[in-house]
Amino acid sequence: MPVIILNNISKFVCKNINLKILNKEFLVLLGPNGAGKSTLLNVIAGLIDYDGSVFFEDECINNLPSSERRIGYLFQDLYLFPHLDVFSNIAFSLKIRKNNPNKIKHRVDELLKMLRIENLSHCYPKKLSGGEKQRVALARSLAAEPEILLLDEPLSSLDLQSSKYLRRELKQLQKKLGITTIYVTHNLTEAEEIADRIAVMEQGKIEQIGKAEEIFFSPKNKRVSEFIGAPNILDCNRYRNLGKGIAEVDCEGLSIIIPDEGKKVKKIVMLPRDIYVTEIKPPGPEVNRFKGVITDINTTNEVVRLKLKAGKSSLLAELPHHIYNGMNLEIGKEVFFILKLRNIKCI
Amino acid sequence: MKILRKLIPGWGAIPVIIFLILWEIIARINLISGELFFPPFSLIVVEFYYLTANGVLGNHFFSSFSRVLIGFSFGTIAGLFIGILMGWKSLIHKALNPIISLIYPIPALGWLPLLMLWLGIGEILPIAIIFICSFFPILYNTSTGIKNVDKNYINVAKSLGASNREILTLIVIPLALPNIFTGLKLESGMAWRVIIAAEMVAIPTGIGALMMRAESLMRIDIIIVCLIVLAAMCFIFERFFLYLENKFTALWS
Repeated sequence: MPVIILNNISKFVCKNINLKILNKEFLVLLGPNGAGKSTLLNVIAGLIDYDGSVFFEDECINNLPSSERRIGYLFQDLYLFPHLDVFSNIAFSLKIRKNNPNKIKHRVDELLKMLRIENLSHCYPKKLSGGEKQRVALARSLAAEPEILLLDEPLSSLDLQSSKYLRRELKQLQKKLGITTIYVTHNLTEAEEIADRIAVMEQGKIEQIGKAEEIFFSPKNKRVSEFIGAPNILDCNRYRNLGKGIAEVDCEGLSIIIPDEGKKVKKIVMLPRDIYVTEIKPPGPEVNRFKGVITDINTTNEVVRLKLKAGKSSLLAELPHHIYNGMNLEIGKEVFFILKLRNIKCI
Repeated sequence: MKILRKLIPGWGAIPVIIFLILWEIIARINLISGELFFPPFSLIVVEFYYLTANGVLGNHFFSSFSRVLIGFSFGTIAGLFIGILMGWKSLIHKALNPIISLIYPIPALGWLPLLMLWLGIGEILPIAIIFICSFFPILYNTSTGIKNVDKNYINVAKSLGASNREILTLIVIPLALPNIFTGLKLESGMAWRVIIAAEMVAIPTGIGALMMRAESLMRIDIIIVCLIVLAAMCFIFERFFLYLENKFTALWS
């Protein structure tokens, strides 16, 4: 049953957006900067005026002020109140709801423990590290036990390791609390790792919504495909378990080794950036190494894309400019390419 | 004692002591001119003692102090109140800002002739001058401080369930405190400078008036005593607000 329904929402870049978010779902809004993701969060939170309707369950909440929407909102830059210590930041929503001091202390202590920041209770935000600030902001948004949690690129300012760690924690926490969550990001890996469903947004429109595999294996149109990195999707017609966690599949004339997940594979998908191209035959075992011919070269601002023909397959590979410039590649030239085993996704 | 220690930092006193010693030496060896025009510091201390003991300095000081205190307090309260309203409500800002922008640049002493005619020469005149001197800058700093609070803090507070009144009192005003204190620090010293000038021109009592009387009697020692009192009061007032600022904002700003 959907807990949030957006009906013909229009604001700034967003035009007539319709979206249903299910109860206890972890939905990721994925899209480039300026796609309208944060605008949509602000609409749900009631922080901006908008055209259209927002329903929580069956009730239209257009006229409900932000303060009464029972939402926890984690902003991109967190905005911890600098003049309040960690305890008071977390207790803020409880104090203004006039909870009694014992209850406030109990709830704040519970959150401090849950997010493992008990030792920071009396610190001011300026003394905290990026990860600690993240945890405090999350605790603050959860303090009043909101029914919906909105997260606007909350991990974008963290280093890769901390971001990955906190992402896992966030997902576990969401499952434990059973709270409907909408998470905004432009990072595909983040979305894939954390989402129950992903909604891909481009220029104020939801282009596609579905599970991560659906987005990867069946991008609805070129815009979605381009945004997720123009993946190569190959049909598989033979599957052979080789043991030791790997299997062999025959995909359009290429015999490819894939990670074995114990089920028959119908399709595999790999991103162009996960295909390594070289002019000379690479040393080492002949695993996922093929010879192909360049049939097209397409240069964009960010990368150079090569179209490779190998067997019956046509694959797209991607090189950064500085690597492409150091090679002598042209249409019709024979090259070698390697598919990175760990980055092959299967369905 | 703690407050006193914070008001007067230890190391800052050393250059002052060196300056006073040099002053004494230069005056004693008549390096600049006679004792009449440049009395040594020790004579100033003696004069300070006489003026204090016979109550002259105390009476004049109390007159100036009470005027500054009353005028500055009213100016601060009014400036804070209207500044908060202007910073918080854009309609009030739009309505008042053009008028305030016109009046704000007029120096406080520029009002003196007009106020002398309107209010007459009496106790209300210096208080009104101090009021004007403190009101506009404090209003300006407060309204700027309130307006400059990042709107995202307001959005966060809203999403956490705070009402407009709670957002203003619990988030916006505390975050505007550094700006507000900047205004208070500057204007607390300025109030003393203005009251002395006003008393020199138009009012027969107070430190400024004592200085004018000393000038007509060629009593440079008394003038210097008055200047030292003025410097000390500016310093103490500014330090007091610096102390308050540190107390309320040092932990986080």
